Amino acid sequence: MAHDNRYVEKDYKVVGSRVKRPDGVDKVTGKARYGADASAPGGLVGRVLRSPHPHAQIVKINTAKAEKLKGVKAVITSADLPDLTNGDQGMAHILENCMARGRALYDGHAVAAVAAIDEQTAAKALKLIDVKYKKLPHVTDVDEAMKPDAPVLHAKMFTRGVDPAPTKASNISARTQMGYGDVDAGFAEADVIVERTYKTEQTHQGYIEPHACLASVNPDGTAELWVTTQGHFTFRNVCSTLLGLDIAKLKVTSSEIGGGFGGKTHVWAEPVALALSRKANRPVKLVMSREEVFRASGPTSSTSIDVKMGAKKDGTITAAVAEMRYQGGAFPGTWAMLGCMTAFACYDIKNNKTIGWDVVVNRPKVAAYRAPSAPMAAFAVESTIDLVAKEIGKSPIDVRLKNVAREGTQAPYGPTYGPIGIENTLEAVKAHPHMRAKLKKNQGRGIACGFWFNIGGQTCVDLNIGADGTVNLSVGTVDVGGARSSMAMIAAEELGISYEDVKTNIGDTASLGHNDTTEGSRGTFSSGMATIFAARDAIQVLKQRAAKMWGIPVEDVEWQDGEAVAIGKMHDNLPALSLKEIAAKAGRTGGPIAGHNEVVADGAGMGFASHICDVEVDPETGRSQIVRYTVVQDAGKAIHPDYVEGQFQGAAAQGIGWALNEEYIYGDDGRLQNPGFLDYRIPVCSDMPFIDTKILEVPNPNHPYGIRGVGETSIVPPLGAVGNAIANATGVRMTHAPMSPPRVLAALDAQDAG
Amino acid sequence: MSNATLVSTVVNGDAVQFACPTDESLMSALRDRVGLTGVKEGCGTGDCGACSVTLDGQLVCSCLVLGVEAEGKEVETVEGLANGDQLHPLQEKFIEHAALQCGICTPGFLVAAKALLKRNPNPNETEIRYALAGNLCRCTGYDKIVRAVQAAAKDMRNKGRR
Amino acid sequence: MIRVGDGPESIEVGAESVAELMQALLLRYPDLQEHLDRGVAVSINGQIFRDDWTVAIPNDAEVYLIPRIEGG
Repeated sequence: MAHDNRYVEKDYKVVGSRVKRPDGVDKVTGKARYGADASAPGGLVGRVLRSPHPHAQIVKINTAKAEKLKGVKAVITSADLPDLTNGDQGMAHILENCMARGRALYDGHAVAAVAAIDEQTAAKALKLIDVKYKKLPHVTDVDEAMKPDAPVLHAKMFTRGVDPAPTKASNISARTQMGYGDVDAGFAEADVIVERTYKTEQTHQGYIEPHACLASVNPDGTAELWVTTQGHFTFRNVCSTLLGLDIAKLKVTSSEIGGGFGGKTHVWAEPVALALSRKANRPVKLVMSREEVFRASGPTSSTSIDVKMGAKKDGTITAAVAEMRYQGGAFPGTWAMLGCMTAFACYDIKNNKTIGWDVVVNRPKVAAYRAPSAPMAAFAVESTIDLVAKEIGKSPIDVRLKNVAREGTQAPYGPTYGPIGIENTLEAVKAHPHMRAKLKKNQGRGIACGFWFNIGGQTCVDLNIGADGTVNLSVGTVDVGGARSSMAMIAAEELGISYEDVKTNIGDTASLGHNDTTEGSRGTFSSGMATIFAARDAIQVLKQRAAKMWGIPVEDVEWQDGEAVAIGKMHDNLPALSLKEIAAKAGRTGGPIAGHNEVVADGAGMGFASHICDVEVDPETGRSQIVRYTVVQDAGKAIHPDYVEGQFQGAAAQGIGWALNEEYIYGDDGRLQNPGFLDYRIPVCSDMPFIDTKILEVPNPNHPYGIRGVGETSIVPPLGAVGNAIANATGVRMTHAPMSPPRVLAALDAQDAG
Repeated sequence: MSNATLVSTVVNGDAVQFACPTDESLMSALRDRVGLTGVKEGCGTGDCGACSVTLDGQLVCSCLVLGVEAEGKEVETVEGLANGDQLHPLQEKFIEHAALQCGICTPGFLVAAKALLKRNPNPNETEIRYALAGNLCRCTGYDKIVRAVQAAAKDMRNKGRR
Repeated sequence: MIRVGDGPESIEVGAESVAELMQALLLRYPDLQEHLDRGVAVSINGQIFRDDWTVAIPNDAEVYLIPRIEGG
């Protein structure tokens, strides 16, 4: 059945309230089962041997001794994962990333794996595997990797997007250019021009739950995978391809997920666990250690970015150019391209140009991290806007408002915006009491804006009504932070029943059609849309059943507030039939009552946010403490406000960690020096203040409830907001994130010396 | 299993025996031998607090304690927090205040918060933040966690409970 | 007729659906295949369609081909 996705304004009974989440009790009592919490009869322990070298040829792997150790049931190398990718280069890179093929490309790259009867035996077996490496020169810095004399990772990689096409291989996988207008003419019009170069270091999503899975492959080609993932359907498709399994015969169940933030969108150890199980003919549980997570999962890019911006004295930005270099780890990505698309997206700049360079280095393959690539670009752009404001003597907020993007503005990546909320967030910031609060000594205030896309994609939902009228809703997007609640609320809203009567389940790959990965802030938007449509289908069935029960035409039945009502004078003796009454008779009126929907949820909105940050900088140590923080973001429609606020606050906290402390530190030896939470320091409770939030609701015209994704956008502004606050507190402009105590102290010392 | 030692202990009020290698952590013993997978592993190095339990009333990261060290001691985990069908006030308030998103850090936070409220029934915001600084949460920014602990503390004081 | 633009370049093409548009574009620009393989989304009058090529394109629509985004 075709359904209308257009936004219709309505009064809500359930949506917008703050109900208790249905998985709450399981999660506060320790019953909820995450990736590492499953076991299987005869289950083995899997462990991975990893390269200690950032770049090396693997001359020989001798596994004989490990195989002979008592209790070892399988040892695998890349030979046990033959290349079935059939010319699909992206897939071939995933395969090579899961298990090195003749060369190790980063410190931590998997080279072999074992399955044994217990942890101790597996650990012993790893030590018995003899790998002969021939070390190769390495490069881990994005700027160094672009130099003509840098060690080249891929002998056949020629830069795309350059005319004429290069004939010499390099570490630059692609050049991207975007924008419109005439930037030279724009700069000629400008009264002031500001130019700066920025650097941001590599950070990790830092989900508290390491990657974990339980794999079981049978000799008949049937298989099961229990795994912590943001996309069990995608994992199924990828693992089927890499292992040569039939898609329908690999059942993937998504466990509870202990955080993902983009880092659980791609396979790492799962194909290895499946290959081990296939060889051992027993189930294999593979859990990464925290060190492995840091060294060998998918952090985000480190970058180096030049921004040039010109403005008139009235605040109009006449031209803006950004040249951005993003490293994608050891395999090519499109991270710089995303930087290009997002850098100036909050603004209406008549002449703008972005150039992106995607670069490979000897670091782990980069994966998405919450609004991937946007925070770095925003750090550079939002810092530069403050510098422009200072030059022309206007307030940072007024300069932003003067140039803000609106409905009808052409986005830097081409299309014209529909209704968007960036101006609303800036006006809300301007009016917020936080902006007028007094600052103390050594304190400063900064603001910044952020943009991120939302995506929609393939979605499939099942809604089944039980004989007592309670409802099972199966969705195929995973619940990363309260989604079961939101989905149940939407179903209850549509059906006109109470929230408590709907139970949401996350369906496995054998029980639902394909669902795209839960990424790009798509969960509530897409599954919400499919749930609305599935509920509307179920209502059609309920009306037909009521018509049968009454013996009247279905055209004379309407659905009002959870009841079938017979309309028209001739039926006014018929009392309404509730959903429960109709459900009780389902067996005798045509069988189970269900609603189903499969949809490509297109028309996802845009997410915009503006943040205010107060920071206190200790001039003795260079340490910055966030003393007050406010997030204003457009949610389109907040289904469950608690969990929308939670997304805002969590995203802001991750951005603050990135701004102040978090970074991958590589030594000259090309090895990661801080693969643990002690030295890779994410914000702890005592680092943070309460994070004030303001939810704005500018409806997305392409969703029945006006929903926009809310998960990612608020990680974008914090780097700029913190940098601007530090500048206002100290007079020092930080251009290198994280703005950690040593960097700030060095900048303060340089200021004193200068 | 080589070097296995039999350990007699009390876990959440029940006498429990398990055999574990002498180099195995209490966290692994509780998860893999006693079946209490509410004890979570986030790092294995004592940095994240997801495996927090109390040992004779003292808050510890169970990944930094050996299984054999539990001999003759009382262990309490998140599974022991509720009293039958009565959730502990901290559990109630965590749900009510949406203090969990993914929930992986929640067991550790609950155990740590209970230990805090036992020694300080009326902590201020700063005291709560420092007492919970050994527990990492990546989803919430800690805002709703602190509010839930404040609400639970108030509730427990009103009911005269520790 | 619709305008198909990528950065500064704009062209006009006759097509009633995304699938027809892609066919028409591939005839004129065979190199486009490489981009399609890597993933593109289609923006029609500001609304982004990521997957569904059956979508109808209204007359005089503003159409952009943009990279197909993933997220975190």
